[in-house]
Amino acid sequence: METLDTLLLSRIQFAANISFHILFPTITIALGWVLFFFRLRFAQTGDEKWMAAYRFWVKIFALSFAMGVVSGITMSFQFGTNWPGFMETVGNIAGPLLAYEVLTAFFLEAVFIGIMLFGFSRVPGWLHMLATGLVAFGTTMSAFWIIVLNSWMHTPQGFEMIDGQAFATDWWAIIFNPSMPYRFAHMMLASFLTVGFLIAGVSAFRWILGDRSREVRAMLKTGVAIGALLIPVQIFMGDLHGLNTKEYQPAKVAAMEGLWDTQQGAPLVLFGIPDEEARTNHMAVEIPGLASFILTHHWDGELTGLNDFIAEDGTVLHPPVAPVFWSFRVMVGTGLAMLLLSWTAAWFMWRRRALHEGRIAGHWFAVEGLPKPLLWALVPMAFSGWVATLAGWYTTEIGRQPWLVQGVMTTEMAVADVPAPMVMGTLVTYLAIYAALLFAYIGVIAYLARKAAKGDDGQADDMSHSGKAGVMALSPAE
Amino acid sequence: MLPDFANPADWLPWAFASLMGLSILIYVVLDGFDLGVGILFPLATPAEQDRMIGSIGPFWDANETWLVLAVGLLLVAFPAAHGMILTALYLPVFVMLVGLILRGVAFEFRAKARDHHKRLWNRFFFVGSLMTALAQGFMLGLYIMGLEQSPATYAFGALTAIFLAVGYSFIGSAWLIHKTEGALQLKSVRWGRESLWGVILGIGAVSLATPLVSPRIFDKWLSFPEVIYLAPLPILSGLLILWLWRMLRSMPYAGDARSWLPFAVATLLFALAYLGMAYSFYPYVVPDRLTIYEAASAPESLFIIFVGACIVVPVIAGYSVLAYTIFRGKATELRYD
Repeated sequence: METLDTLLLSRIQFAANISFHILFPTITIALGWVLFFFRLRFAQTGDEKWMAAYRFWVKIFALSFAMGVVSGITMSFQFGTNWPGFMETVGNIAGPLLAYEVLTAFFLEAVFIGIMLFGFSRVPGWLHMLATGLVAFGTTMSAFWIIVLNSWMHTPQGFEMIDGQAFATDWWAIIFNPSMPYRFAHMMLASFLTVGFLIAGVSAFRWILGDRSREVRAMLKTGVAIGALLIPVQIFMGDLHGLNTKEYQPAKVAAMEGLWDTQQGAPLVLFGIPDEEARTNHMAVEIPGLASFILTHHWDGELTGLNDFIAEDGTVLHPPVAPVFWSFRVMVGTGLAMLLLSWTAAWFMWRRRALHEGRIAGHWFAVEGLPKPLLWALVPMAFSGWVATLAGWYTTEIGRQPWLVQGVMTTEMAVADVPAPMVMGTLVTYLAIYAALLFAYIGVIAYLARKAAKGDDGQADDMSHSGKAGVMALSPAE
Repeated sequence: MLPDFANPADWLPWAFASLMGLSILIYVVLDGFDLGVGILFPLATPAEQDRMIGSIGPFWDANETWLVLAVGLLLVAFPAAHGMILTALYLPVFVMLVGLILRGVAFEFRAKARDHHKRLWNRFFFVGSLMTALAQGFMLGLYIMGLEQSPATYAFGALTAIFLAVGYSFIGSAWLIHKTEGALQLKSVRWGRESLWGVILGIGAVSLATPLVSPRIFDKWLSFPEVIYLAPLPILSGLLILWLWRMLRSMPYAGDARSWLPFAVATLLFALAYLGMAYSFYPYVVPDRLTIYEAASAPESLFIIFVGACIVVPVIAGYSVLAYTIFRGKATELRYD
């Protein structure tokens, strides 16, 4: 067992921070575009239900955005307080990428979110729509630059090392590094899936509470449609990403698969308990040849095992196996549950339309078709995107260890010389604050849903003290 | 003080130091006023509090982004200094971050929470604003003391912490004088009068301490002929303070004339004080230890960012002005109905 030294504590602290942070961009990236869609549909049709959907979700967007901003600022400071070695070694590359994030994305979001939230009655409709679109674009740009940097840390290229410092030689190669396109697409899809299931789950909750409003139907359909359409795309994308990882970070793939020895026709380990001491899996349930087939598309293709990543002197150069192995299974398992649930829901909704053709004219999808148990199953799945995203994130980031920048610098090289008790103290405080905020965040979403379901969309008893009056004033008679 | 513009390794660090300095100044003025409003929060009635939030609601997020830009520029342009400064300020940075988290989320939560939770979020809004201001003031004090850690420097840090918090309250009340009317505006004028002493003592304390701590800075200010060239700086600051003091005694003027003036003059005063500090510390980024040239990233990397900044910063300025124009005028009591 490792002792709780500064390195380990700093890693736990950064992991806690980034885990908390990533929850909110995961929502805002796609929710921004969904809001833009709602706003666009309202402009096209003049149908109040789209604006009601906009008004409901813009509040959750604002809340998620604030949570993302404050935890993001925390992270940007932690580079300096806990990991000064990172910027000192690769600052010449990480610096411009982070600078472009702030310059192109941060300000765009931060300025136009003011207009998006509070500007409805003050600006012309086209400007309000533009502001909504620019905020969505800003969050996407922000994700793009961060993923560029993160991908470069996994598959670095386009630089040379001089006196222990990285110097850029080819910016094109740095930005379009080999894993960036896969990682970016995987993350964007993850965000849309998270939002799809969040919308579906919260709308199902409102439906169960007896809310039969037209906007809840529109939202439920939008959520289920996003989930059902994108989950197969995501599974395909994940497969491509896996192939890319196999090429550039074979040790990570070996840990994901729980594969110890290099072999042809490697089995897919469905279940097992990896044991790094004994270098084997206990209680393994395997399907022969399947891992090789998935990763090489040949039943007898060769996969490199973990035992090949031990240096001559016995230094372990592969990641800790159990966390990578398990988080990968959680991600895939959640993804399969999403596939099953969204397709079942879509099928029921579509069949209902087929049965009642003509009665519910113009609807290619009817919410009435959803059986009660299915609605109940959608509610806890509201946060399934978070589970899958975090699990995927752990797979890829723990899978990079012991490297911070693959093959260039280890995590240990970057850590600050700060006393362990200080890191411990701040870590405990962060954890307490994050737990409380998460509790409040989910509580407020449930409260807003319950209030909206009562047909009381914050109009009567609640004043908008942060000033959503513009948006609220839009449809006075409902 | 001007660099050699023919040599990128010379002018790029200078340009980035200027850019970083500018974004810190913009941050101090802009987030200064909304942090100040947060510090003044408990002094107002619930109805006034809603009006106060309304006056900063559309802006605080963008204001805070200037801090991200400033730290980002420190991080990307002077990575060695970034590590040195932030590890030395580990705990105050932590306190500031907790403060920023609390107040940032309180904005959103208080508007959406049940009524009996709202009081709790109001308290977080105040506590978060105060923590942030105190932590920033403490960091400023330690920075002036060359990041030395001793009981004496901590004492000075505690002093600057209080002065900066009062200074933020001052610029916050100047903002409220412009954005409010009636009883709340009268209150804001009073808060402005009462917190002006903090500004005077704060500028005074920093001006006295800086040359005493560093012989280099002492020479920079108090040798001939520099002392002549620099004399307008303190004289002008003194005149601005007098002007503010007179204004605040007789405001609000009839018909709410020139209600923007205290905020404009306060901004000018902050800028002058800041200019004096910048002059003192240049070319050091870590006082008397590390210059901007020693700490700078590779010129090639700086150039990449510089090109982007030249295009993007004017655009940012442009749409920030747009946002302030859209939300100009008195803050309204914002309701759903």
